[in-house]
Amino acid sequence: MTTDPIDHAVYDELAEATGEDFVVELVDTFLLEAPAMLDALEAAAEAGDGDAYRRAAHSIKSNAQVFGATELAELAKARELEGPSAEEASRMAALRAAFARSAEALKALQNG
Amino acid sequence: MADPGTRLLIVDDNKVNRLLLTRSVELLGYSATVAENGRIAMEMLRNDRFDLLLLDIEMPEMDGFEVLQALKEDTKLRDLPVIVTSSVEGLENIVRCIELGAEDYLSKPVNKTLLKARLASSLEKKRLRDLQKSLLDRFATSEVAQDLQESGFALGGRRVEASVLFCDIRGFTAMSESQTPEETIELLNIYYTLMFEAIDSHGGIVTLMVGDGLMAIFGAPKPLPHPARNAVAAAQDMRLMISDFNSERTAGGRSPIRIGIGIATGQMVAGYAGTEQRATYTCIGDKVNLAARLEAHTKIADCDLLVDGATRDALSGSIATRPIGAVTLKGFSEPQDVHAIGDIPG
Repeated sequence: MTTDPIDHAVYDELAEATGEDFVVELVDTFLLEAPAMLDALEAAAEAGDGDAYRRAAHSIKSNAQVFGATELAELAKARELEGPSAEEASRMAALRAAFARSAEALKALQNG
Repeated sequence: MADPGTRLLIVDDNKVNRLLLTRSVELLGYSATVAENGRIAMEMLRNDRFDLLLLDIEMPEMDGFEVLQALKEDTKLRDLPVIVTSSVEGLENIVRCIELGAEDYLSKPVNKTLLKARLASSLEKKRLRDLQKSLLDRFATSEVAQDLQESGFALGGRRVEASVLFCDIRGFTAMSESQTPEETIELLNIYYTLMFEAIDSHGGIVTLMVGDGLMAIFGAPKPLPHPARNAVAAAQDMRLMISDFNSERTAGGRSPIRIGIGIATGQMVAGYAGTEQRATYTCIGDKVNLAARLEAHTKIADCDLLVDGATRDALSGSIATRPIGAVTLKGFSEPQDVHAIGDIPG
């Protein structure tokens, strides 16, 4: 993946609208909360709980959109709409990888 | 600028979203409280006052659709403006929110300018609705206001079993000529306050005020088990209040006032009469005319409280009455059975 995982226009607008310091805190919150959301998604798939699966994917998508994490948002949205898949393991791996890339990029922005 | 006293409730199961929305509305000058799901939000709404709800849809325990449904079914909360903030997929879900009574829909991430505009417009609509409600409370009685809010407004009536009470101040016109207009209005204000209090506390509603005269109904729009007893009890309270008021007046060197009350009981038609633009809750029927004639007859009978035979019968002896006999009243071909109650002579 060569493109930037974060859409800077979205991130800058967020920072401009709510304040640099606030966004730093908000990113921290997201990075703390996101692993639990990913785990909840995986657990819901294993339990065959469609509602919980949709909700977890929805939360990841919604937060990814806040920060302009476009790729993560797209993958999460696909999970929300499709529900648990026959190829869940590879879907999940792609989602976790996208999150890892987004997290790195967000941390870099926090320090930048 | 936003009134800092305006209280918003933000409901979202996601922490990032709660923080972001809280920050956004605080930057606009509002104060916000947060709830993590619909169930907690409903508890908070029932226990505290909020001016507007920012509602997420996808939530565990109780989702946004269920919250909208619960608000709709709650007469106290159904006017609370709700702005749905969600990134839920599908136009049909947005339509469903609006159908369930949401004021507006903002997709996430919420745009700052749109949020500002929607909040201002929803709160302004709420302010106007609140104003309307308070005017309704002032110009209609609480029962009529409640009836209107519960069943809506429709011209037309229904038959009810009720008692009608008419009351006025004797010699009021002559009195108002001998005092300043300010004194007259002040006297009327006190008089109405006392009369409303007496009528209200016995479950009656005032449907008409003309000068110093008023008409009250007991048993409509809300039925009462014993409308005649309530009407007579209210009349007795009115008397006592006027008697206290007169002690004050005479102590201040002013002349006492005297009132006349007439009560009739039976079937009548109650409802909203008028036009779609201007209507009033009222009762119509020969019992209404009878009560008005009885009130007028108090001057001739020299007794301040007269009731018809049906009212007297409904008291079943619980209050002493004195028969005046069959009286011919204007508008009635047959003489009417009239009774006096505990007259304070003079």
